[in-house]
Amino acid sequence: MKYQELEKTKEYKYGFTTDIESVKAPRGLNKDIIRFISKIKKEPEWMLNWRLKAYARLQSVKEPNWQKPKYPKINYQNLYYYSAPKSVKNKPKNIDEVDPKLIETYEKLGIPLKEQEKLSGIAVDAVFDSVSVATTFKKKLTEKGIIFCPISEAIQKHSDLVKKYLGSVIPITDHYFATLNSAVFTDGSFVYVPEGVRCPMELSTYFRINASQTGQFERTLIIADKGSYVSYLEGCTAPMRDENQLHAANVELIAFDDAEIKYSTVQNWYPGDKDGKGGIYNFVTKRGACRGKNSKISWTQVETGSAITWKYPSCILQGDNSVGEFYSIAITNNHQKADTGTKMIHLGKNTKSKIISKGISAGHADNTYRGLVDINKNASRARNYTQCDSLLMGNRCGAHTVPYIKNKNSSAIVEHEATTSKINEDQLYYCNQRGLDQEEAVSLIVNGFCKEVLQQLPMEFAVEAQKLVDISLEGSVG
Amino acid sequence: MLEIKNLQVSINNKQIIKGLNLTIKPGELHAVMGPNGSGKSTLANVLSGKNGYEISGELNFNGKSLKKIPTEERAQRGIFLAFQYPLEIPGVNTNIFLKTSLNSIRKAKGEKEIDALSFLKLVKEKTSELGIDEKILSRQLNVGFSGGEKKKNEILQMKILDPNLSILDETDSGLDIDALRIIAKGVNSSRNKKKSFLVITHYQRLLDYIKPDFVHVLSDGKIVKTGCSELAEELEKTGYKKLN
Repeated sequence: MKYQELEKTKEYKYGFTTDIESVKAPRGLNKDIIRFISKIKKEPEWMLNWRLKAYARLQSVKEPNWQKPKYPKINYQNLYYYSAPKSVKNKPKNIDEVDPKLIETYEKLGIPLKEQEKLSGIAVDAVFDSVSVATTFKKKLTEKGIIFCPISEAIQKHSDLVKKYLGSVIPITDHYFATLNSAVFTDGSFVYVPEGVRCPMELSTYFRINASQTGQFERTLIIADKGSYVSYLEGCTAPMRDENQLHAANVELIAFDDAEIKYSTVQNWYPGDKDGKGGIYNFVTKRGACRGKNSKISWTQVETGSAITWKYPSCILQGDNSVGEFYSIAITNNHQKADTGTKMIHLGKNTKSKIISKGISAGHADNTYRGLVDINKNASRARNYTQCDSLLMGNRCGAHTVPYIKNKNSSAIVEHEATTSKINEDQLYYCNQRGLDQEEAVSLIVNGFCKEVLQQLPMEFAVEAQKLVDISLEGSVG
Repeated sequence: MLEIKNLQVSINNKQIIKGLNLTIKPGELHAVMGPNGSGKSTLANVLSGKNGYEISGELNFNGKSLKKIPTEERAQRGIFLAFQYPLEIPGVNTNIFLKTSLNSIRKAKGEKEIDALSFLKLVKEKTSELGIDEKILSRQLNVGFSGGEKKKNEILQMKILDPNLSILDETDSGLDIDALRIIAKGVNSSRNKKKSFLVITHYQRLLDYIKPDFVHVLSDGKIVKTGCSELAEELEKTGYKKLN
């Protein structure tokens, strides 16, 4: 059996464009644009000032350049920072008022929004370019005191909560893209789960980029109060275009005493064509703070899309006995590149973290795991276990593992295991001899490789994710 | 069932099999013996369709040439190879592997996929028949299996997939006497008028338990002697050298 150049690329299933009239801010990035965004979102003044502060900061910081995947210079003045379907301007009060074109778009993506067709047990917030177009199950959640709404709505209606926590995990001064996002973010989700409440359903946000030459700046904030539990999932897709589009998100999670947040991502942004033309730059900052004792934050990500994926969902383990977890599958095919991993910052006593990373590289792709385990001097008896496995398919792709470990406490235990392997031709032969064809064999071996991570996903999404893993690698063995 | 005429096989320009003739009829069990490097494993791999070999001569299975048929299709047509070194596939449950395998073969035959319950029943039946611990099925495929467990797992797969032609590539190597008996049991209980076997072995030991219809001696890529089971005993005494 020979590995061959990818001959047939499975058409990216979500590559269509919705033809819809949109309202855009003029091109470019300046104070007026920020005022425009703030005004159209009907934000209170403190929010505008916060954005302007970030903008001022942005003038003095430079884009980081230490990552493995390099990209051509982005002309930030040439982008649109706000684009929304015109029909959303007069905010629809219920789903029947939402533009049927938008409903149809989400239906095509497998996300029914209409009352009678809603996914059972999953509340959805649908974000289209720069605005949230609909949120389901709001009423049912409100009965439990749970707030689940677009962040732009939360800024108006739950101003105190947003003001208190926004930027408290990712300060506006954090780094270039975090600062940029703070200045121009448009929409995303806001979740607040009150003390002692276990959220009765999965919450999810579906991000869709539609307009061209537009950057999407998502902002999500999730707060789990004492003893509460919430499981949140996000999905992402975009049309097929020759240009590279920027998605620069900031996601902040806060867990108080005994609270738990489970955050899952199935990222399937347009990866570009087989020659590496087009695709999304997915430059994302995700960070969770385990503020309270016995709190837990668990990140699970299945990253199959994007031309470049650059993100490190992290946990700051402040509370004693708090737990951070990171489960990741990053698949790169053709000319895709990924530089992803996590940071586990141990501050409290008896804090524990676990990192399971599975990188799969095919075609000409390049896949890097980069991670930091940082154990501070007060983090007595902290524990970390890290396992990084890389799987290579063919001989033109690359896999890299860059773990950083800083340990300032002698009672801490840190373990790191890493493997790099190729899909073994003998394994494939063995499967073939048992009647499995090439694709079935690859799928079986890859799913076996990813199993530990796939198991972490909420049931409703595990099957989808498994299919996505198969599709992403389809045709990568010839 | 199997008809090999003047088979020549090379790998990396090195000829391994140099004009081999062999016919196996339904219901027959043939043993192929021979020293290291005589081409025994190559023969097994060529029959199951492993890539990388240059092949000439005739290779027919049930009257049709196998030469252009890919490995999985040969398996679907009923050729099974018990590997000398079974592969480990991490994260893949043995049970699921077996079921996927069985269903691929059934699908190719136009049969319905087996449901979970019937599969479970089938597995229970075969494990208890062979005296194999059912627990190996819930483990990852061959991962951390002992040498004996791996070989037993091959025979269990053979029993479940129920092939027409089973090729055992040195399945007896490195086994203790109990494991050897399980292997033999697996073969003997499958023998009937329709099923054929090609048992490749170094030693006569396995043939104490499995009685072959024919014994062939392979040396330097050719069958140099064919006889009945007494030939194996003779070889055990005199060694292979005398044959050359």
